[in-house]
Formats: sequence, C-alpha cells, structure tokens
Amino acid sequence: MFRVYLLACCLLLGLITTAHAQRKGDLFIRNGTVLTVTNGTLENTDILIRNGKIAAIGQNLKVPDGVEVIDATGMYVMPGIIDAHSHIAISNVNEATNPVTAEVSVGDVLDPYDIRLYRALAGGVTISHVMHGSANVIGGQNETIKHRYGETDPDALRMEGAPRTIKFALGENPTRVHGRGHNVPPLSRMGVEFIIRDAFHKARRYMEAWDRYEQERKRNPRAVPPPYNERLEVLADILRGNILIHCHSYRADEILMLMRVLKDFGIQRVVFQHANEAFKVAPELAAFGAMASVFSDWWAYKFEVYYSTAYNAAILTRNGVITSINSDSPELNRHLYHEAAKTMKYGGLTEDEALALITINPARQLGIEDRVGSIEVGKDADLAIFSAHPLSIYAVCKKTIVDGIVRFDADRDPDDMRLRVDPERPVELAIRWGDHQHGHRCLEGIDLIEFLTETLQSEWQ
Amino acid sequence: MKRLLLLWIIGWLLSLPAAQATDVPKARRGVFALTNARIVTVTQGVIERGTLIIREDRIVAIGTDVEIPPEAEVIDCTGLEIYPGFIDSGTHLGLIEIGSLPETRDYRELGDLTPQVDALTAVNPNSVLIPVNRVNGVTTVITEPEGGLLPGKAALINLFGYTPEQMHVGGVRLMVLDFPSKGRRGPWDRRKPEDIEKAFREAMDKLNEVWDRAERYARIDSAYRANPEKNPKPLYVPEMQPLLPVIRGEMPLMIKVDLAPDILEAIQWVKKRGLKRVVFSGVAEGWRVADKIAEAGIPCLVGPVLSLPTRESDRYDKAYANAGLLHAAGVKIAIRTGEAENVRNLPYHAGFAAAYGLGREAALRAVTINPAEIFGVDDLIGSLEVGKKANLFVSDGDPFEPKTQVRYVFIDGYLIPMDNRQLRLYQEFLHRQPGLELHPATH
Repeated sequence: MFRVYLLACCLLLGLITTAHAQRKGDLFIRNGTVLTVTNGTLENTDILIRNGKIAAIGQNLKVPDGVEVIDATGMYVMPGIIDAHSHIAISNVNEATNPVTAEVSVGDVLDPYDIRLYRALAGGVTISHVMHGSANVIGGQNETIKHRYGETDPDALRMEGAPRTIKFALGENPTRVHGRGHNVPPLSRMGVEFIIRDAFHKARRYMEAWDRYEQERKRNPRAVPPPYNERLEVLADILRGNILIHCHSYRADEILMLMRVLKDFGIQRVVFQHANEAFKVAPELAAFGAMASVFSDWWAYKFEVYYSTAYNAAILTRNGVITSINSDSPELNRHLYHEAAKTMKYGGLTEDEALALITINPARQLGIEDRVGSIEVGKDADLAIFSAHPLSIYAVCKKTIVDGIVRFDADRDPDDMRLRVDPERPVELAIRWGDHQHGHRCLEGIDLIEFLTETLQSEWQ
Repeated sequence: MKRLLLLWIIGWLLSLPAAQATDVPKARRGVFALTNARIVTVTQGVIERGTLIIREDRIVAIGTDVEIPPEAEVIDCTGLEIYPGFIDSGTHLGLIEIGSLPETRDYRELGDLTPQVDALTAVNPNSVLIPVNRVNGVTTVITEPEGGLLPGKAALINLFGYTPEQMHVGGVRLMVLDFPSKGRRGPWDRRKPEDIEKAFREAMDKLNEVWDRAERYARIDSAYRANPEKNPKPLYVPEMQPLLPVIRGEMPLMIKVDLAPDILEAIQWVKKRGLKRVVFSGVAEGWRVADKIAEAGIPCLVGPVLSLPTRESDRYDKAYANAGLLHAAGVKIAIRTGEAENVRNLPYHAGFAAAYGLGREAALRAVTINPAEIFGVDDLIGSLEVGKKANLFVSDGDPFEPKTQVRYVFIDGYLIPMDNRQLRLYQEFLHRQPGLELHPATH
C-alpha cells in the first residue's frame, strides 16, 4: 500500500513539475537551408512553430498573424544538438561512497543558474543527458534536461516524459576509487563484473520477495511486506526494463562483459558511454543492439584509452551500431557540431551521417527520438540556426530555440548572461584554466582527484 | 639435393628480415616535383596550378614556369593545395605518453626553480602520439615543460627524427617562466581572495629575488669573462647558469600568463627588468588588455582557442575571439593548442579563431610565418619560399575545414608515411575478420 501511495505522490509531483515547464513559443523561420537529418536537406524552406512544436515545413508558407519571424536567408537550420553525456547544471557529480549507489539521482541537484547551460545553447545544444559520475560501478540515476536557460525553477529543466536512465561505470575509474582508494572491491575488471552480478542477483531476489508478497496479499490481507529498499527498487526497475543503462566503458573486454551480464539478466537496452574500444567489438554491439556514445578524438589521457582511434565513430557507424558523439565536458559541449564534423575526416562519413551523430542518434540513445533529434512536423521545436553549414569550421551559431522559445541569440547577446549575481561575493576572480581545462568531469567530486588536480594540475579523466 | 635444400633454407631465412623491412613504411628524401598545385605560400601570395620542387631538405623552386628535374619523382597535385607545415606554439608533445600515468609524464620536475632542465632531453622521438598528430599537417611544435616558477626550457621540434637533436629546429630554446597569478587555478580552487592575493605577492617576491640573483650572477660572470686573470670565476649554480643567456637577451623568455591583471604585472615586470626578448604564452584574457600588450610590443602565443571563458560573466565566445581581438589591437600572434595527444587539432583552433574575428588569412599566418618569426626561424620555415626547409603538406582543400584530408606531409625534406596506429586500427577493424562467427580453432 505504501508503495502505491508513494507512486501516487510521485505522479502528482510529476504533474506539478511538468506544469512548470509548459512555457512554449510560436515562431516562423523563413527561407533557411533546413538540415532535417531524417529527410535530407531542404533549400529555401520555412518552418512554422506553434505552441513549441513544429507545425509545418515547406516553401512559401503563410505567416500566421502575430507570429514572430526569423529571417534565415543564407543560414542553416538544424535540429537542436543533443549531448548524450554531460555533467553541466548539477551541483554534485559523484556519490563516491559505495560501488553501488543506484538510489541517488542527479535530478535532485539540478542548478538552473549554471552559466554552462547558456554556453551550451550558444553552441546549438538544446538537450543534455546529465549524468552521475563514473566513480561507482553502478552510479546514480541521470536526468535528461532541456536547456531552458532563464527559468529559475530546477524542475523546469527536466525534459518531461524522457525515459529514466542510470549510470554504470567499468574499468579504471571505479577500480581506482574503490579498490585502490578505499580498499574495497572492485580492484580489477573481474571485480567489476562481480559487483554488477551481485547487485542484479540481490535485485532479482528483492523483486521475487515483493511478487510473493503481492500474491500472498490476495489471500491474506495481513501479509507482511518485505523491507522497502530504494537501491534495490531502482535495480529492480533496471531488470524490468524501465531504466536504460548508460555505461562508462573503454576497453573491448569490459564491453563484452557487460553485454554477457545483461544477456544473463534479460536486459536488452544499453548505451556504452566513451567506449573508446567499441570499434573492436562493433559486430558484437550491433548483434546485441547495443549503442555507443563516443568522443570524436580524445585518447591517451589514461592507459585504457591508449589503443583508441579517432575512426571509432566511423567504424561503429559502418558496422550498424547507433552511435553518437558526446562531450562529457562543458568545453567540448560548446562545439559538438565541430566534433561530429571530424568523422568526415576520420572515416569519411557523409554530412547526414555526421549530423545524425549529434541529433537523432543521441535522441535514440535517450529514448526521446519521437520528440526531438530531427526536423519533422509534430516534433518539439528545438532548433539551432547557424551562419554557415554547421559542419564547416566557419559556422557560427546565431540562434538556439527550445520549445519554440529563442534561448540564445548571438545578435542580442550582452556580455553578462548570468541569471544570478551574488552581491555578497567579492569581485569575481578569473579562472586560469591553463592547458588542462577539458579533462572530463566523470570523476568530479572525488577528493583524491581534486587533490591531484590541484597539486599536479594533471589531466584526470 | 640436400645442399640445394640447405641453400634454399638459408636464402629464405636471409630474405625474411628484408621482406619484413619493406613492410614498414619509412620516410624518404630525394627530389620531388609537386605539380599542378594551388600553392599557398603565405608570404608571397597564392600560385594557381604551380609546381614546387624539393631537393633533399630544401624547397629549390616554386612557380608556374618551373623546369622539372629529370630525376624528380613527380607527384601530380591537380585539385590539391600546398601549405607550409603548421607550427603549434605550445604543446607537451614528446614529453608525455599517457596523461594519467606519472611514469610517462616528463614535462614537470620537482621544485619551483628548475631552469636547468631541458625539454629536448626528454623528447621521445618514437612516441605513438607523434605520427597520429603530424598526418594532419602539423610539422613543428614548441614542446614545453611546466610547473613551478621556472620549469625549464622549451624547444622547437620537427615531428620527425630519430633523436631529439634531429628534431630540433634552428637550435630554438625558450626559457619558460610561469608568471605568478591572481586568479583561481580552477573551479575547485576555493581560496579566499585575500589568500590568493597573498600567494601572488609571495610568488612575485620570490621571482624578484631569483631575478636579482640572476642579474648579479650575470654581472659576476661578465666581469670574469672580461678579465679572467683579475676576477674570480663564478661558482657554478645550477639554477643561475641557465638564466645567463636570458638576462643577456640571447635566449627568449616565454612568460606563461593568462589573466588581465597578471598580464599587466608581467608587462611592468618585463620593463623593469629591461628584458628585450620576451613572448607571452596562453594569454587567455589578452583581449582585456590588448592595447597594453601591443604598446609593449610583446608577441603572444595564444591559446588554447577551443576553451572556456575565464569568468562566468564573460561573453561565451571570448576564448574564440581572443586571438582576433589581439590581432586587431596590433599584437603579433601565434596560436598554440596546449595539447599533447591532440596537437592534430591545431588547424581547428586556428579555424575557430578565424571564424570569430581573426579572419582566415591572419589565422593562417598565426600557425605558419608568425611563429617562425617570433622564434627567429623565418629563414628556415613558416612559408613556401625557395631556399627554405621543405616543411609542408598537401591537402585536398582548406586545411581548417574538418572534412579536408591531408594527402602528403614533408618534414625537413622527408616524405612522411601517412601511417599511424589510429589509422592501422581503422584498417584492421572497419570490417573485422572474423566478424561474429567463432574462429574454427575454438571449436
């Protein structure tokens, strides 16, 4: 009964929070070159947006009364870019206290004031998959957010209806944090497998206990329920297929390992994040139906990425694996269009294939492809307008639109776009980034790492 | 018959190493004629459908009316473009192999004062990172130590050679000074502003104390050299000796400095110390004080361009626009990536600077002739001119565009194999054999 009550509460809360995010706009984008991603390139084409959705696409459309017009003559309109791996707009990244922390969620620590949301918009990015860090084998739950910068309610960032996802992590990070850092398993890739299997076995027993209880309750109203356990609840939801796994991974062996484990537990959907060696097992990934979200060219920053190649995304794509290019960095995040463009060099992907890597493919990986990721009638009006083809180095993002609302406009962009300025704070000090700014943030919040970063200013990924 | 078999076996064994040797692609020199190319000389305009002749290490002819030597190997460059090899003005290339493994990191020595250490000493000519980077057209880099106040000497190296000395270009070394900073070291740096200010003052005091000593050391050394009979020979002091050429203006001082207040302090400090050969490196907030830098006449190695603004309140594109704003103010700029494994992205750092205000021509100069001039090797590299070293590449389009492919790279006259581990992994794994089927041996 308690669970039902809890569920009802959650649903009610959900309704309230989605109500916050309902602000949607009307717009008319005139005469742009429209890169639909799923339906080719349309020249001299208009897009009509009503109530945050794409209402019409075509030539010489009629502008309804009172709808603001954006003249996109000579410019390129593409779907809003989706970053499948990010840590922006949250105030904590890791709950690094246990190899399994499925019960926590970064959705609880959303920060709508984060300037990085705005900077992402300025790079045409409209959606981020905000992830827990990679300190734990089974980390926390992630949140898919829309970059509704300007809203001050954390809940307004949530992409209502996006499927639940959770972060797993294999290899050097969890073994370093737990095995080497705290002397608890896992210390090796063998231990990582054992931690996951152990967690799933416990979750399965937990599910069975609750199933038995539900059966017994039909006969015996005084039946005693098993103890409620939030961690096992979440793990059970993974087994039920209600939560998608996004797994930090680098090496081919650990990628194969997780697929074997998931097969044993009947879990079908998984996205391998980073996956620098996914190219080595591309046929296995394709056969499993697993997806991969990778860097365009990052490598050599740690040993498990020494045998990487910038041709990863192209090899995966040619082998039929749904692939995306992500950032895991507030710096790369600002030019994902450029990161995707590199796949034309490294492996000769076509323009449409390169664009898919940062639009419809990440949408598929997050389970939101019916809503976003391409320019189609009925989809959310999340769009980016560029001065030149976005895969050209000379392209500058001019406007970024979320739900039909212009959230970034290069021509009306004052110097300071902070939402909250603290009058108590002393004069703003600059950050001297040096050369080590774009270490990705998967391990942010780990004391060991911050200590090392401070003393060595080393690149820790 | 037996003897015949034996001979055959011996012959087969002897032929083995030779056969294997031919499988390894090697760089080679000779006489090359690159014909029908669009030649972007940088200093002498663009030549359409021109020919460029390379003999040994030099460019010996460029033009539309060039006679092709009979012994030349002709490379038809119809539809292709030739550019001078790009120069990255600040990297760790060769000094590091794997970022997180201290055993493979050689760009930092213990202690605040280690000007005696020399980056060239630790350059690994066979680093896997080097071939991955040079096939994008970056032929030459500054590789630099970091950490502490005076971390050591940076060196200008070509990305080809079997010893550091073979890679060293024009004998160029720069003394690195990591200038004290009034900024935060990163978002994790939660020090109070007073503490930051105090740390800055202490670091400045230390710098001044070191420099006073160095100047004194130089006076003693000069006096001794002028009259070795009368004056005492200065004691060898490991952290003073290497500063002599800097004090005397024989070796440039590369000042790593990023933030506006630090840049202003550095300009004052350079003036006070009477230093003539100074370059700034990093210069993230150069745009805030561009006119002051221009006035001081100090060239800047700007970058990384692909980076975040230094302050939350700054416009999102300031890091991209910085190089253009400095150039517009009259500062001589070169571009640096600050990278090791991804020096190959130098053309994109330049391209972003170009798109955000620098313009394509100035961006091209910032990765070719400008750094050559700043490092005093413009008689050797940085443009396509007769008599210069054959450091160049051939591409199928604008090298700043991501989709452009680089076809040929020449470094010091060597035609470089366009091979590297990343490409080999691609070739092996694009269509894996076996694919999903199990190998028969496992049954």
